[in-house]
This record gives sequence, C-alpha cells and structure tokens, in this order.
Amino acid sequence: MSTLTKQDTFSPLLEAATDNFNEQRTLGKESFLSQGLPAVKEEEYKFTQISRKLEKEISDFQSAKPIELTKELVDQSIYEGFEGNVLVFNNGHFIPELSDLPEGVEISSITKKEDLNLGSIAKPEKDTFAALNLASFQDGAFISVPKKTQITAPILLLSFFKANFGQVVQPRIWIESGDFAEVTFIEQSVLLGEEIVFANKVVEIKGGLNTKINYYRLQNEGKQFIEVSNIETDIHQDSQFSAVTISLSGNLVRNNLNLNILGSNSVGNMYGIYLLNGKTHVDNHTNVDHTVPHAESNELYKGILADHSRGVFNGKIFVRQDAQKTNAFQQNNNILLSEDAVINTKPQLEIWADDVKCSHGCTTGQLDEEALFYLQARGIDKMQAKGLLLYAFAGEVLEHIETESFQAYCTNLVQERLGSKF
Amino acid sequence: MLSIKNLHASIEGTPILRGINLEVKAGEVHAIMGPNGSGKSTLASVLAGREEYEVTEGEVTFKGKDLLDLAPEDRAREGVFLAFQYPVEIPGVSSTNFLRTAVNQVREYRGLEPLDAVKFLSLMKEKMKLVEIDQKLLSRALNEGFSGGEKKRNEIFQMAMLEPTLSILDETDSGLDIDALKIVSNGVNQLKSADNATIVVTHYQRLLDYIVPDYVHVLYKGRIVKSGTKELALELEEKGYDWIKEEIDSAATV
Ligand SMILES: Nc1ncnc2c1ncn2[C@@H]1O[C@H](COP(=O)(O)OP(=O)(O)OP(=O)(O)O)[C@@H](O)[C@H]1O
Ligand SMILES: [Mg+2]
Repeated sequence: MSTLTKQDTFSPLLEAATDNFNEQRTLGKESFLSQGLPAVKEEEYKFTQISRKLEKEISDFQSAKPIELTKELVDQSIYEGFEGNVLVFNNGHFIPELSDLPEGVEISSITKKEDLNLGSIAKPEKDTFAALNLASFQDGAFISVPKKTQITAPILLLSFFKANFGQVVQPRIWIESGDFAEVTFIEQSVLLGEEIVFANKVVEIKGGLNTKINYYRLQNEGKQFIEVSNIETDIHQDSQFSAVTISLSGNLVRNNLNLNILGSNSVGNMYGIYLLNGKTHVDNHTNVDHTVPHAESNELYKGILADHSRGVFNGKIFVRQDAQKTNAFQQNNNILLSEDAVINTKPQLEIWADDVKCSHGCTTGQLDEEALFYLQARGIDKMQAKGLLLYAFAGEVLEHIETESFQAYCTNLVQERLGSKF
Repeated sequence: MLSIKNLHASIEGTPILRGINLEVKAGEVHAIMGPNGSGKSTLASVLAGREEYEVTEGEVTFKGKDLLDLAPEDRAREGVFLAFQYPVEIPGVSSTNFLRTAVNQVREYRGLEPLDAVKFLSLMKEKMKLVEIDQKLLSRALNEGFSGGEKKRNEIFQMAMLEPTLSILDETDSGLDIDALKIVSNGVNQLKSADNATIVVTHYQRLLDYIVPDYVHVLYKGRIVKSGTKELALELEEKGYDWIKEEIDSAATV
C-alpha cells in the first residue's frame, strides 16, 4: 500500500466541503496541505503514529452520512442518572429535533452562524487535524450562554458515530459565554456498527469575564474508534475553566487540550484519567499558555496501563514574560500492570517570567507488592486488593468532577474496570 | 494448632530458614527472640504467605490444614494474623473502608453475615477502646503519615477487629514508649483465650513482663537453637546472644 499523501487520500473530504465559511475553509485547506499528515518522525506525533494507523484502518475517506436515529436509542444511550439537557449529534450533525434544548441558551447548527470566526481559537496552523477539520467539517453546534446566565443543569453532548458511506466524522463545536456565565458540558459518545470510524473533532471555547466553564469527557467508545480532538479555550479575567478527561477504551485516541490564559486572576484546570488495556493507545497532549500575571493552572493526569496498551502524556506549560506571579502545577503518574504496556511521559516547561511558582513531576511504577500483601494478609481477596490499590491511585482525579451524577457514573465504571467495586 | 516441621525457605535462591520445628497449642504464648537477620521476620512472613519466599522443604499445618497451600488471604480468613514489623503506608485507602472490607470478607469465609455500617461502627468503637486508638487516626488513609508507635497500635487494633486464632506479632514492641507498650500488651492480653495462640517476636525481655510467654525460643541462622521458659529471656537480656552463637558456631565447625 502506498503511504497516505494529503492530496489523494483526503481529496474526497476536501472536495466535499460545504459551501459556507469559505474564507476560513480556504485557510484550513491551505494549512492542512502545507502541514500534511504527521510524518513518522514528526515531533508532536512521535509516539502516536496516527498516519500509519489511518492508512491501515480507514479505507473510505469520506464524511459519514447521518444515520437513522430514534428517540428511543437516544434515551437508552444517555448515561444512567443524568439530569440535564441533551444535545444530540448524528455523525457530527447537530439534531435539534432529538435534543432537549436548555432554556436561556442560544443553540443552533454551527452552519447557521457564518459570522463566527472559526479557527480563531483552535488555529489551523497549530495542528494539521484542526486544519483538516476547518477545511472540511460538515456540521456541528454553536452554543452561546448569555451574560449572567447560570446554567445549573449540565448539558450533555451526546454523539453517535457510525460508518455510513464514509468512515470519517468531523464534528465542530463553538461555545461562547458572556460575562458571569456558568455552564457545564459533558461529552459522551456512542459508536454504532462494527466498522471502524475516524473522528476528527474540534471544540473552540470562548469564555467571557468571570465565567465558570466545566468540560468533561468520557471516552469509552471501544476498539473500533480512532479519534483526534482539538479542544481549545480562551480564558479571560476572573474566570475558571476545568476539563476532566476520562479515557477508558478506544483504538487510538489523541487529545489535544489547549488552554490560553488571557486574563488575570483566572484558573485553568486539566484533569485526566486513562485506564488502558488490550491494544488501546491514548495520547494526551495538553498545553497551557500563561500570557498574563496572577493566574493559576493545575494539571493532574493518572494512568493505569495493562496488556499491550500504550499511553502518552505531554504537558506543555508556557509562562510568558508578562505572566509574573503565575502558579502552575503539573503532575502525571502512571502504573504499568504489564511488561508489554508502555507509557511515554514528558513535561515541557518554558518559563520566561522570573517570579513564578511552577512544579511538575511524573512517575511510572508498578503496583506496590508490599501494599498488596498487606491487604491480603488482612483477608482481602487478591483481585479486590489490587482494585482497591489501583482505585486509591487513580480515583482522586474523579473528585474533580462537580456534576454528581457524572461523578457517580464514572466512579462506577472505573471501579468496575479496576475490580474495586464490592 | 500450629505445627511447623523442618521448614526451609529461601529468597532469591538464598536459604534463610534452615529447618524450623515448632509446635504451638491453643492457649499458648511463644516468644521468638534472636539476633538481627536470624530469620524471625522471614518465618513470620512465610507463615502469612508472602510470595517472595520460596519454601524449599518442610511442612506447616494449621488447625489440621496445610497452611502453605493457602493463599495469604485464606490464611488470614482461617485465623492467622501477622502484625507487621513495618506496617505499610497505603495512601488513598481509608482505614475504615479497608477494615470493613477485611472484616466482612473474613466473616463471609467463616459463614457469618456481613456487618452493616452501624454494627461495624459499634464493633470499631469497642475495639478502639481496647488499644486506646484515636478516632482521628482511623479517619485517615491507612497508616499514611502515622508515627511508628501509631502504626504498631493500629496493627493491634486490626488484630482485635479480625479476632484471629493465631497472632504473630513481629516486633510490635519496638518503637513504643512504655505507656504505649502497656496499652498494647494489655490489648493483646485481653484478646487472649484458651482457643487462640500468640507468637511474639521481640528483641526485648521488657515486653515479656507484660505478655508472659509459656515458651521462649532463640532463632539463629534460620534454626531454633534454644528453647526454654521465660527465664531464658531474662538470661538473654543479661548475657546477650554471644554465648549461644559461640555454642552453635563451634559445634558446627567440629
Ligand atoms: N528480599 C531479600 N533479599 C535478600 N535477602 C533478604 C531479603 N529479605 C530478607 N533477607 C535476608 O534474610 C535474613 C533474615 O531476615 P529477617 O528479616 O527474617 O531477620 P530478622 O530476624 O527479622 O531480623 P531483625 O531482628 O533485624 O528484624 C537477613 O539476612 C536478610 O538480609
Ligand atoms: Mg525482623
């Protein structure tokens, strides 16, 4: 098989671009064509050979058409215990008829908002997949929370994926919030059918002043799901943004999460947990850019890797010269349960200001055998003792989820996976 | 209750235990003493089922069952309790949750109903009094940041909760001040009955004033080289181990 070249392989996608956002799409296309797909030695994708994966697994590089979706299936798919509003996406297309729109929030198909400056936050030149999405996305949602609006119930972004005259889905979401707004989003995805799907997602989030935005993601779509996502947010003064990413299954998953701290007295939080088994590959690339003084970022990612799984963590922290009095904290800890599991972890700090507090650390180890024996010696079954220890290691990440029902649901999933539920 | 016959064990190919023989009957207290590195903790660990140690020869029966055949958790459920010389700190696991899991798994094995939260808490309160352990300590992660003495006290508290038939206390007295020593010994003594037995591993005769042994054994180079009554402990306190070492080492060279 010949190697993927940007021109031929992706031309069906690029050619099928819809007739809107033409200026931005042109930028996206040019950027994608000049960057191409990541080469084998491309620094940013060194441990995640996405090009090879796509070449091997995807034969039909076209946007999957929407499938038949029933209200019943939607209702069944919503995670147990959820209370709030649901936005439904069908192979990336926003489906208002199946959604339950929250009051006081403006929501529409993204294609109806042609004055949006798409790509101004998740800039196409920063990542080739962001560029590809900009050039050729089909649909998605525009969500705007007006000034002083507190949406107390979470908004569930429920996406259905299925190969259907094409294996590629490129969702695009634009979220903006007025000053003093508060809102929580939860991403949940469902993969239907047997065929492998490549999702290339972009989410741009533009916060106002004094806003609080939570963005939670559950990645549990199974081994036929290849995903690249670019989620980028602009955080302005006196605001807080928190992301929690829970990765439990997938084929190959690459999460680019970028926080731009553009206003003082703001906080950016990035938390993640990845429990990998089989041949699952999950790569979390995070980037927090401190451009102003007196802001804080906190990052904690924890991974447990079994079988032949592979994890990648790359945490960039930029502290620009003006960003005095920055507090930036980063931590990545991993437990490898098998000799064949691999983790590549790398903090990347670039600090130009002199009066800052930055700390970072990463650890990789095995399950503590001494602790395991101690628990067994008290009569606790070995499997459960392992589960207890693993949950003790990773569970703290889940404490950062503020939505109770989602926290409970994820805790349950994680405990089931770790065998610590009893 | 416990019968150890010609027990040999090694770690990473190095023999540590070289033929231990020991009989422990219900109601008895045995003290095991001996110089550093003689194999006391190894013996305790082998009995509790630590996997790093390989038993190369000999047998151990406990209440008629082949102990060496059981997984560590099943030994605990059968009633073997090891108070660790160095209790492990386990961050993230709450002391209370851990104990409740342990108690209920042990109960399940013994065919008893699990304790509900209320019953468990009242049992805990009762046993806490026994070793005068602070509630605050138990609301923390298991042994995390506990002082040496607090860890030892927590071991005895766990023993009280699990109600073992054979307790092996590995240097539970080291690191305890005299008041704590009295409290811990008092706890152990109250748990003693005609149906259970205790093995105390110690370097100090001091403990044996409080937990009075029926037999005292000296372990040296992986063997029990001398056994006696509590007077032997006094003699050791006075004369040290050198005379025993000499006796054994010279006999070995003959
Ligand atoms: N993991 C190990 N690898 C190699 N040797 C070991 C290991 N664990 C224990 N040993 C050795 O086994 C011997 C017996 O150790 P053990 O801990 O049983 O002694 P002890 O009698 O309990 O000593 P102490 O009085 O200091 O507690 C020592 O020589 C020790 O170095
Ligand atoms: Mg010892």
